[in-house]
Amino acid sequence: MVQNQVVVTGIGAVTPIGTRKEEFWENLKKGKSGVTVIDHFREYPTYIAAIVQDFEPQLYMEKRDIKKTDRFTQFALAAARMALEDAALDLDKTDREKIGVIIGSGIGGLDTIEKQYKILLDKGPRRVSPFLVPMLIANMASGYISIVYGINGPNSTTVTACASGTHAIGEAFRVLQRGEADVMIAGGAEAPITSIAFAGFCAARAMSTCNEQPEKASRPFDAKRDGFVMGEGAGVLILETMEHALKRKAKIYAEIIGYGMSGDGYHFTSPDPQGQGAFLCMQRALEDARLLPESVDYINAHGTSTVYNDKIETLAIKRLFGHHAYKVAVSSTKSMIGHLLGAAGGVEMVATVLSMNYGIIPPTINYEDEDPDCDLYYVPNECCRKDINVAISNSFGFGGTNACLVIKKYFPEGRGS
Amino acid sequence: MDVFGKVRALISEQLDIDEEQITLETTFEDIDADSLDVVELVMALEEEFDLEIADEEVENIQTVGDVVGYIEKHLS
Repeated sequence: MVQNQVVVTGIGAVTPIGTRKEEFWENLKKGKSGVTVIDHFREYPTYIAAIVQDFEPQLYMEKRDIKKTDRFTQFALAAARMALEDAALDLDKTDREKIGVIIGSGIGGLDTIEKQYKILLDKGPRRVSPFLVPMLIANMASGYISIVYGINGPNSTTVTACASGTHAIGEAFRVLQRGEADVMIAGGAEAPITSIAFAGFCAARAMSTCNEQPEKASRPFDAKRDGFVMGEGAGVLILETMEHALKRKAKIYAEIIGYGMSGDGYHFTSPDPQGQGAFLCMQRALEDARLLPESVDYINAHGTSTVYNDKIETLAIKRLFGHHAYKVAVSSTKSMIGHLLGAAGGVEMVATVLSMNYGIIPPTINYEDEDPDCDLYYVPNECCRKDINVAISNSFGFGGTNACLVIKKYFPEGRGS
Repeated sequence: MDVFGKVRALISEQLDIDEEQITLETTFEDIDADSLDVVELVMALEEEFDLEIADEEVENIQTVGDVVGYIEKHLS
């Protein structure tokens, strides 16, 4: 069966360092940190996070829907709206039955659950909101986007912890390859900065306690890294079959050419010590793209800033790439925006696509002391210029779930390969 | 504020519509309130007026006037 080629034609992001793609990109290039102190968490071991400042849902949705949607769904709709505008897709001239949505989310509406559970305890079951269930379910981001735009293509979600966004884009890529849709709105959204999530991640000892210097706390691959910094937001891309994009003369950012998944089969939260899961998902993604590891110019790493992830991701890259591991540029945008959990893969694919388009790789900030286990080129502290023909983006989640996407520069017909 | 005034303010707040658009004859359909909106509105009314509106009663309520009538009848 001949598979459709798939391209990226629009991007939208809501992040702790910018809610428009231009602002997000400028701050990524500058190496700006979005991490700040969260006053109401001061009694927690960690009280820093990367929050989306001044998010105004009313700019993107009807006011009466704001109360009926969780923050993660609002982020998703905002990012989807920006991505659709960026793609200049005229829905009235497009077959709405062939436009689908897959937005991943690791948790869904946690804030809603917390607030309504408090109402249950304080006021009893008769006061729990009828909107509790539709607000908290993780697929409501996908559902709400389809409702707002009246689109009837495949509608689904992925709930794979910190790999949700990458899995969502990968699954949307497959839907388009198989020809089940012409256009897919894909990415990830998460709003996890709530009391219970914070308490849980603190208890798991997964978050940085570098509270005194918030902007320095997320330091992927650095020897003094001590955990991730939680972030929030959404990253959404418009994917289209090449045929559909060319027919409507869309601006094409990049081509998606490979997707690989794997399971660690090892532990609830710790990665496999040999990095087998990370290794396999990257290997499978490159095989899917029919590329040798040597063709990769840039790796947007999972790079969470936890002791284990960064060490083991580095090991997996070295195992797969051999000598080329020392030539490929590896950077973690989590050093600036924190870890957006289920949204991470979406926002990081936006960053990777922009990076390819501008030929500039955003840095890994706060890289100061070399860890002997992490000895690759992490684009330390300042962005670098590099022509990127092929880039990959990694995401790994609790449960030992791993995903990797491969993108390639798009050359219009008759110009280069 | 009379019962109608309070009900009107609540509906306006919950469903984000101008108070002027709400009269005693206004139906839930007129203001685009779906079944979940109605449940939420009933909960808000129960809080505001400290009474209970049974589900069977809700089915008989079609207009804002019905709501006001019910509340006035059941206010102790």
